[in-house]
Amino acid sequence: MILALLIATTGCKKDNYDAPSLKLTGKLVYKGEAIGVEYNQVPYELYQPGFGKVGPISQTFSQDGAYSSLLFKGNYKFTIPPNQGPFMWKEIAAGKRDSIAVALTGDQTMDIEVTPFYMIRNANLTAASGKVNATFSIEKVITDANAKDIERVSLYINKTQFVSGGDNIAVTDLAGSAITSLSNITMSANIPGISPTQNYVFARVGVKIAGVEDMIFSPLVKLTY
Amino acid sequence: MKKISFITIFAILLGTGSCKKDSAFLDVPPKQVLPTELAFSDPALVLSILGDLYNRQRDFSSLDGHPLREYPLSPSGDIVPGWITFADFSESFPSENGSSYIVQRTGWGYDEWRIWDYGYIRDLNLFIQRATAATKLSDGDKTRFIAEARFMRANYYFEMVKRMGGVPLITDPQAYDYSGNVTPLQKPRAKESELYDFVISEAEAIKDQLPNDVNEKSRATKGAALAMEARAALYAGSIAKYGASTPQVSLPGGEVGISSSLANGYYTKALAAAQAIINGSAGSYQLYKVLPDLADNFAAVFLDKSSVNQEAIFVEDFKVNSGKVHPFTTNNQPFSISDEGLDAGRLNPSLNLVEAFEKLDNTYAPLATKDASGNPIYYTDQLDIFAGRDARLAGTVLLPNGSFKGKRTDVWAGYQLADGSILTSGDAGQLKPLPGTSTPVQVTGKDGVINGQEFRTQTGFYIRKYLDPAVGSGRRGRGSDVAFIRYRYAEVLLNAAEAAFELGQVPVAAGYLNQVRSRAGLTTALTPVDITFDRIVHERRVELAFEGHTLYDMKRWRIATAVWDGAPMTVNDLVSNIGKATKRNTQPYGLWPYKYYNPGNPNNGKWLFKEILPSPVTGSNRFQLGNYYSQIGDDVLSANPKIVKQPNQ
Repeated sequence: MILALLIATTGCKKDNYDAPSLKLTGKLVYKGEAIGVEYNQVPYELYQPGFGKVGPISQTFSQDGAYSSLLFKGNYKFTIPPNQGPFMWKEIAAGKRDSIAVALTGDQTMDIEVTPFYMIRNANLTAASGKVNATFSIEKVITDANAKDIERVSLYINKTQFVSGGDNIAVTDLAGSAITSLSNITMSANIPGISPTQNYVFARVGVKIAGVEDMIFSPLVKLTY
Repeated sequence: MKKISFITIFAILLGTGSCKKDSAFLDVPPKQVLPTELAFSDPALVLSILGDLYNRQRDFSSLDGHPLREYPLSPSGDIVPGWITFADFSESFPSENGSSYIVQRTGWGYDEWRIWDYGYIRDLNLFIQRATAATKLSDGDKTRFIAEARFMRANYYFEMVKRMGGVPLITDPQAYDYSGNVTPLQKPRAKESELYDFVISEAEAIKDQLPNDVNEKSRATKGAALAMEARAALYAGSIAKYGASTPQVSLPGGEVGISSSLANGYYTKALAAAQAIINGSAGSYQLYKVLPDLADNFAAVFLDKSSVNQEAIFVEDFKVNSGKVHPFTTNNQPFSISDEGLDAGRLNPSLNLVEAFEKLDNTYAPLATKDASGNPIYYTDQLDIFAGRDARLAGTVLLPNGSFKGKRTDVWAGYQLADGSILTSGDAGQLKPLPGTSTPVQVTGKDGVINGQEFRTQTGFYIRKYLDPAVGSGRRGRGSDVAFIRYRYAEVLLNAAEAAFELGQVPVAAGYLNQVRSRAGLTTALTPVDITFDRIVHERRVELAFEGHTLYDMKRWRIATAVWDGAPMTVNDLVSNIGKATKRNTQPYGLWPYKYYNPGNPNNGKWLFKEILPSPVTGSNRFQLGNYYSQIGDDVLSANPKIVKQPNQ
């Protein structure tokens, strides 16, 4: 009887592993300044070598360029797949992507330093008389052989905080060929009727770079009118 | 005494029964498994093996569906219903609430569309090896069987290269020697061009070993081999030519991407293979021109399985009462004409596709819903708005008030009242009185249109292609046996036209296009000046709608990222630039008919139409560069380190 009880109680321990609990967080930055991207479109991958099969833990950046993963303690390699994101990623040889080693022992914050093709500077978005007006300048960061042209600049408005080419209620495009000076660009977009009515919109400006899939965005602003 | 003799006999029997040698006793031939030599001794047995292999051929769209996740093979055996394999890319709307994700997602996962069935490839390779070694088959049978297996293998590799780019090209049944070392079994990916070269060379090698028979449609023939060759060479040519515009979609080893210098060579091969069919060297294939009504005639191309139909070249056939049937008609029949109560109306073609069908004078025009000053146009009959269009419209799409099984569909969204408001209800059975009256009447169609009401059309249209008019075809128990056409003569003509156009032989291209178009009632011939890339794209879209070509065509022309750019569509997007290859097509619109109620007004009781985005459509399709070639599974990558990853993933 006692033996049976003993067996029963020792059998009560769960044989599961604890869920991963260490947080790896950070954001995409260029010289300390955050890089905005489209929600759920720019992926990153974490590899944990040494366990036989090799497969990435894939996740995407949020639209302010932040990322976070819950992981086990261990050594990881962080990388971004080829041709993803509006920036350059180091390549160690043609087609071979460099990776960042992460030794995870506790919660850790690691900002990812990348070199974007362009940066949107001094974005100033205001809402007035049914319109969103934006003034900003664009800095061309990569000017060497890898430089790329601007395909277009877009001002997006949405009623929720997700603002991009796929999530918007209004958009104004400015073709790259129509930009004469990268400093002091002005754009405006009409705010359409919103049902149910709300007295605010979210807006940001994005740059589409020729030959690059993902756009780079200015910080999101909430405009109340 | 009797007892004793029984016992003796029993003892003797026991004694003799155990006289067999131990080895012979243990060596009993299996009763459930046919040994290889036996299976390959009789043509009927070999044909049954081939039948299984034919059943495992893979198409993009399939009337009876396909395994939920082909790779890794679904252990649960879940099947994607056939109609869903036709329901994407904004060419249609899924009127089944459980499938609304198709119009609510904002794009496709990188693993979408991937296949990797090397088990099937191995079975084909084993079949070829065993059939080659067979001794009891006649030479004629043997040659044909082997050629058929090689056709299927090439066709499956073709299906893989369309989705995955270059894959390991394995043409022998690999055997593991249990040495613990699997390295010799690990093959790297071949170049994308090598896969296409393989398909083309296999087709050339086997075409004269296959029967030259127009009436053989469910087994490989010379026509099927040539049609496969023409399509494969055309795909390779266009990837070579248009791939130059997307240098990001390529790998340094050539596993993805084909050098643009090879384009003309492939186009030349495509044209030659297609012309071999057109000039009759594979049998007297021709366009189906039997019925006087051109729309009915076009629909019958897919329904007529008699020898009159010399358009179909290679099909996946079905047969009622044989176990191989499909529920396409059950799933998609008009609601009020359904044989099966609530089982109906899932696949609704979109207005985006309907607008693409030209007027009979070869011009593009949106369906006229409003006059120049913005007032609605009133039509006496719902079908009037579609009058004077390409006959393939009514042959592909079941229009409002269209006829099916001798009945007319009842499609309308409500009454448009004189004060501008709309009187509608949540269901056709829910009656309401019209203003100024007290008798409740029906205020919406029995076949829709009501937002979110599944199994009835939510775009205003039902599918007509493949919809089986046979009695009982809509019942679940009986099912339908309409065949799925994998290769048909009209596509061969379009392939030839495209290849000729790309080679600069524009008058030749115009000739082939005009053959296909005149069958559809577009009798004003296109002149060589009219033939543009947009024309080629347009013609394939309307002729081959719902035949599993859309994705592959958009991919090989590298315009998928423009057509499905992820931006929501406006009505203005919908009605402008019709016939332009890169026209945005991210959300499926509907065309909703309303009955005008204004007693005393001359338009009272007439129909007006509105372009409406069905409310379940909340996403917009975005095709990313990483979607051009489907992701290779992580387990494949880790099991075989020689496999390189896809670009952009």
